[in-house]
Amino acid sequence: MQYVPPGQPGSMVQVQPRYENFVGGKWLAPTEGRYRVNLSPATGRPITEVAHSTPADVELALDAAHAAKDAWGEASGAQRAAVLNAVADAIEANKEMLAVAESWENGKPVRETLNADVPLVVDHFRYFAAAARAEENTVTEIDKDLVAYHFREPLGVVGQIIPFNFPLLMAAWKLAPALAAGNCSVLKPASPTPWSILKLAEVIEDIVPPGVINIVTGPGAEIGKALAANPRIAKIGFTGETVTGRLIMQYAAQNLIPSTVELGGKSPNIFFADVMAHDDEFLDKAVEGLVLYAFNKGEVCTAPSRALVHRDIYDEFMARALARIETMTQGNPLDTDTQLGAQVSAQQLEKIVSYVEIGRREGAEVLIGGERGQVGGDFTDGYYFQPTVLKGDNKMRVFQEEIFGPVLAVTTFADDADALEIANDTLYGLGAGVWTRDGTRAYRMGRGIKAGRVWTNCYHQYPAGAAFGGYKISGIGRENHRMMLDHYSQTKNLLVSYSSKPLGLF
Amino acid sequence: MIRTAHPERITATPAARAAISRLRAARGEPVMFVQSGGCCAGSTPMCFPAGEFLVGDGDVLLGEIDGCPFYIDAGLDAAWLHDSFILDVGPGGPEGFSLPAGVDLHFVATRAASTCPTPPTVARGTGEGRP
Repeated sequence: MQYVPPGQPGSMVQVQPRYENFVGGKWLAPTEGRYRVNLSPATGRPITEVAHSTPADVELALDAAHAAKDAWGEASGAQRAAVLNAVADAIEANKEMLAVAESWENGKPVRETLNADVPLVVDHFRYFAAAARAEENTVTEIDKDLVAYHFREPLGVVGQIIPFNFPLLMAAWKLAPALAAGNCSVLKPASPTPWSILKLAEVIEDIVPPGVINIVTGPGAEIGKALAANPRIAKIGFTGETVTGRLIMQYAAQNLIPSTVELGGKSPNIFFADVMAHDDEFLDKAVEGLVLYAFNKGEVCTAPSRALVHRDIYDEFMARALARIETMTQGNPLDTDTQLGAQVSAQQLEKIVSYVEIGRREGAEVLIGGERGQVGGDFTDGYYFQPTVLKGDNKMRVFQEEIFGPVLAVTTFADDADALEIANDTLYGLGAGVWTRDGTRAYRMGRGIKAGRVWTNCYHQYPAGAAFGGYKISGIGRENHRMMLDHYSQTKNLLVSYSSKPLGLF
Repeated sequence: MIRTAHPERITATPAARAAISRLRAARGEPVMFVQSGGCCAGSTPMCFPAGEFLVGDGDVLLGEIDGCPFYIDAGLDAAWLHDSFILDVGPGGPEGFSLPAGVDLHFVATRAASTCPTPPTVARGTGEGRP
């Protein structure tokens, strides 16, 4: 089926002509009154306008967050859990509407937002509701008269800056743990995707106490530093690319506050010869596992963008994979049959085109694709790129640089040691995939790969409860797990003496 | 100490030079560029007010354009085979915290044609800390 694009007659997504910032539970016009157009990458045409905010707007959001932080920080775990569960329920009740909005704004296929993005958002809020409710502080008996009480206390007001590739899920990954730990947030969405998170704010605006969640849209150059370097935040969380990651940590250092950063990847996806030992459901799953490089048009930090295939199975395995890629449906992201949508922006498309050209120049063989995608009709001006596979060597730039598009670099390996060496020959260490029928080999490879997440006989699953984060230059900190509560809390220690005896020193 | 590329490995198109000139005139201060890698806005040259981004011993100065320095992380530089770049301007706004190259324009670093045909002998980032 095809969903009607947001704002058009019959669409389940209402679109206002313009959107203000969500601050203190209200919609607040940007102080300078400027707005900018928000495009759909599927058509290159406007959806709506969003606030072009300035540092003064960040200050207003921080005012609202600070006004809310004491009450929210003192709310019981049960009260916070109730709010997070109510948020999850409201999002679930509006699942299709939000899935369509996010698909149209980002360009990703609605089959993904319906089945992955939005359900994961719902589950994420529920997971952290449970974590908040089940939280226990600790007591240590140092000796019979001296007791150490450890309490987790909120940091206060935190800044959070999220990327364009999962506008709703990345917001949930940041907001749910921050709120569960008793913090208030000022969130800045990515410049290409500010609108769908505002639609989410409409859904939850009467559920979350005013000031607990604040969303300010605008260019990073104008409001990014105003938030990240602001002395009124107690922590900054960021997902994005390496230079901004360093800048975030630099600002945090200057204010002596903690930061967590989730940065890029160039994740290896390793297929051992035994995946072809039988022609069965598992082999079918492994073939799909390779094709998952095109999930979310490849705009995923953990995209399995380097496939390492054992040389003995390369021809037959790749023949199956390429046959699968050939049948991939590219087109209207709001069509539930579409598997590959539009890249998020003209800038992204331009980068992908340039990388494929670099690959050709350095001698990579284009096995399939390699050109802009042609989708006619309303989508003629959309930012489409064909699903592409380049065969080459891991030393090539297309094997080392994160392309952030539906472009797979594939190479072969000779044995386990070779596979591990190639897998780890990268600056990044975010994700990896291992496919084998041999459990011991899977374990050894999984432990040997320098990456924070090693999917084993699966890929691109992001359940709450499985810690996610990077080794090497892929970042610092973990998300998607209750250990996030540590990232968003202070530890208060009360060291209490129950003895009446003086020390006797003075 | 920050390493410096010899010879310089950055040049700029007239459009990029004009954009820098406009930025300097509007802001009254020079700018700096830092090549990014990875994730959403990766592979993009980020433009900041001069001195905004703290460079360190792990960075390489590829050269200057009209007095504005262009840096890259040494690990990225090695992984990208010590390529040369041409700073240009493309349609659409900037990403990250980068200054725009004009209204709805951003800076782009394209690769100079195959300046480094054979992989150099510099150690690659293979896992244990930064190269």
